[in-house]
Amino acid sequence: MVLQASLKSCLQLSCVLRTPKAGFRSTTSGGLIIQSVSDDVYQNLAVEDWIHDHMNLENRRVLFLWRNSPAVVIGRHQNPWQECNLRLLRQKNIKLARRRSGGGAVYHDLGNINLTFFTTRKKYERMENLKLVVKALKALRPQLDVHVTDRYDILLDRQYKISGTAAKLGRTTAYHHCTLLCNADKLVLSSVLKSPYEGLKSNATPSVPASVKNLFEEDPSLTCEMLLDAIAEEYATQHHIDHHVTLINPADETLLPGINNKTKELQTWEWVYGKTPKFSLSTCFNMVYKDSVLDVKVDMDIKHGRIEVCNIDLPEQWLPPALCSELVKSLTGSKFCPSETTTLVTTLLRVCPQDDELYSRWNLLCENMIMLM
Amino acid sequence: VCIHRVRSCSSIRFIKSKYVCVFDKSALKFSQQQRLFRTSAVSCGQIVQFKLSDIGEGITEVTVKEWYVKEGDSVSQFDSICEVQSDKASVTITSRYDGIIRKLHYSLDEIAYVGKPLVDIEIDASKGVAPEEDVVETPPMSHEEHTHQQIKGHKTLATPAVRRLAMENNIKLSEVVGTGKDNRILKEDILNYLAKQTGAILPPSPKAEIIPPLPKSEAMPAALKDKARKIPVPVSRPIVFSGKDKTEPVTGFQKAMVKTMSAALKIPHFGYCDEIDLTQLVQLREELKPIAQTRGVKLSFMPFFIKAASLGLLQYPILNASLDESCQNVTYKASHNIGVAMDTEQGLIVPNVKNVQVCSVFEIASELNRLQSLGSAGQLGTNDLSGGTFTLSNIGTIGGTYAKPVILPPEVAIGALGKIQVLPRFNGKGEVFKAQIMNVSWSADHRVIDGATMARFSNLWKSYLENPASMLLDLK
Repeated sequence: MVLQASLKSCLQLSCVLRTPKAGFRSTTSGGLIIQSVSDDVYQNLAVEDWIHDHMNLENRRVLFLWRNSPAVVIGRHQNPWQECNLRLLRQKNIKLARRRSGGGAVYHDLGNINLTFFTTRKKYERMENLKLVVKALKALRPQLDVHVTDRYDILLDRQYKISGTAAKLGRTTAYHHCTLLCNADKLVLSSVLKSPYEGLKSNATPSVPASVKNLFEEDPSLTCEMLLDAIAEEYATQHHIDHHVTLINPADETLLPGINNKTKELQTWEWVYGKTPKFSLSTCFNMVYKDSVLDVKVDMDIKHGRIEVCNIDLPEQWLPPALCSELVKSLTGSKFCPSETTTLVTTLLRVCPQDDELYSRWNLLCENMIMLM
Repeated sequence: VCIHRVRSCSSIRFIKSKYVCVFDKSALKFSQQQRLFRTSAVSCGQIVQFKLSDIGEGITEVTVKEWYVKEGDSVSQFDSICEVQSDKASVTITSRYDGIIRKLHYSLDEIAYVGKPLVDIEIDASKGVAPEEDVVETPPMSHEEHTHQQIKGHKTLATPAVRRLAMENNIKLSEVVGTGKDNRILKEDILNYLAKQTGAILPPSPKAEIIPPLPKSEAMPAALKDKARKIPVPVSRPIVFSGKDKTEPVTGFQKAMVKTMSAALKIPHFGYCDEIDLTQLVQLREELKPIAQTRGVKLSFMPFFIKAASLGLLQYPILNASLDESCQNVTYKASHNIGVAMDTEQGLIVPNVKNVQVCSVFEIASELNRLQSLGSAGQLGTNDLSGGTFTLSNIGTIGGTYAKPVILPPEVAIGALGKIQVLPRFNGKGEVFKAQIMNVSWSADHRVIDGATMARFSNLWKSYLENPASMLLDLK
């Protein structure tokens, strides 16, 4: 059903999607419901960017449905070190993405659905969108106790958060997107969204932790597909449009010219980590070396994801002072990133006296430093 | 005279404000009168306070999260100025005017208020409004010229910036449909016209001729006129290349390279190259690949090269040594930690396989797999990247035959392996056969290694690879 619909409105869609923003009087008015065939978080975020930048939404609104394979998505102005366990993410191969809208950090997997409501800026109205979602849920399962809070969350049984919201406003268009937990892995969710990093101070937007629950736990007969269908149905009814869901491929450059560049940009280190607002790190750790325990104090200022100022306090003469100052000099200006730091510190080893004792001390210190990142 | 000037000045401003800027008149700051009458050498625009517009949903205050401009930057209409955040919504504020940023009213993380000034922009009044200088001499005439073009009864409203854009692109404003208020032509309309959007272009009207025929042309001799029409005048277009140099600081991986290579420079390198016939090894690998696969390991040629090198180092341990800073002592390293140069997205890294002297070819292959997957994920640890004693660089996977590799301190030797090519060679009977040939280029520290040693090591390594069965004899 969906496929036939997509073939039918394909021409219409390409016409609509290729429309430049200003100066074009669109013949298609009303609404459009599209669904991504990809589960790559960067590709899907790129679609949002594309629609925001290129579509004329003056007489039209769009609902975009998407799901992602495991990923943590942080808000535009957040600090990933503060928001999630980056070590765990790397270990489990969970992607990290920074979206362009505000708000807090969320965990996505295929048990979570994402809804994006695109409108012209004048028609930006989050409460209405969320009420639509609640209406759709109640139509599907009347016994569900779901309601919208004034923080734009959707709560289940008055307690558990099942949806979080964020929004992006541009010059003429705006979008409001939200998550909806159907059957996500709660264990992974809570472990990745817990930061192990201490001593961080910043003005980045903090996340407000909440207890979450899956709709599946309330009613095991629910699936993501059912939720998506119900929401699309309600959207179509409320906005007097056909209940057609058009499938789109976020890698299709002919349908969405320029999309691959947007996808690439979202994956760059400069965007994901480099856009972190300035922050400082002030921490100390213990190192156990042979029979002694050593205290090390580290202070750093990090701007654009790079170490601007670095200070390491070590017990005197534990390492040659020249080597220590070389370390600090190398780190200054470098990315606050484990792989880059590893390369730098191992390189420094090449140019210092060959001494096993020195090597093991150096490696111990550096391993600990890298743990901070 | 003074009064006269003021009056004309204010009337000009009034008309200008109607068409150029859409802002609250009470916020108008009158810059000193004299400025308006200076020559265009000095920028003489008026400062406009750009207020934070309504965000919607009754929001009155936001936090400034990022500035895209700083004081002194020039901006065009629709350029992004800053990013503000309010209750989970991130808003991009774009400029309404063309001009220069003169003041930012808030610093990062400060609260900004809707309806209050966000930035001060100096509107560039001197550009595209040449007649302004005439204001001093003949005020009554000029204010008509610079506010709207009179094209035979058709008034076209556009800001000076839009006008300039049209002029630069040889577009007649009469041919562009304005979509702004009162059919004003906006920058977008020009851009659409340029992009040849149908529906936005009006057919050129015969009434659109602005410039009356010059009386001079009639006086031109007929012959010249004819010539002028027949000979096409080549339009010399200046070659425009808009690329700019980009300077950035050396950081990260590049910094590491700089350090390593600067130290390597101090080592007197000598090179030694040879050709290896890998025909037999190629066949052997084909046979062993599926076996390794069943054990979950991808088998390339490198494990063989590495193991053969280790066997060679057992005979020529000086190649697995290290010379101290003062060149007083040579340390013969017991472990053969053979480094493998890897090309990653960020640059060159050299993880090493530890203790190759006690590893089997399969174990080496397995370890290589581990290092390769960690390397491509950017997750190699310090232990993997330090302690190397000898390095092999398989540059041949990318291309090339002979190379001149640079020794990585504190090592004393390195080998670069070219690509495997199928070439004709003569066998013992004088017949031509198809051989799988690979070139190797060694570099060694001439302070402690001499040519003969390098040559003998290379020959031994070569013999193991050309006749893999011989490796069996010496495997430990």
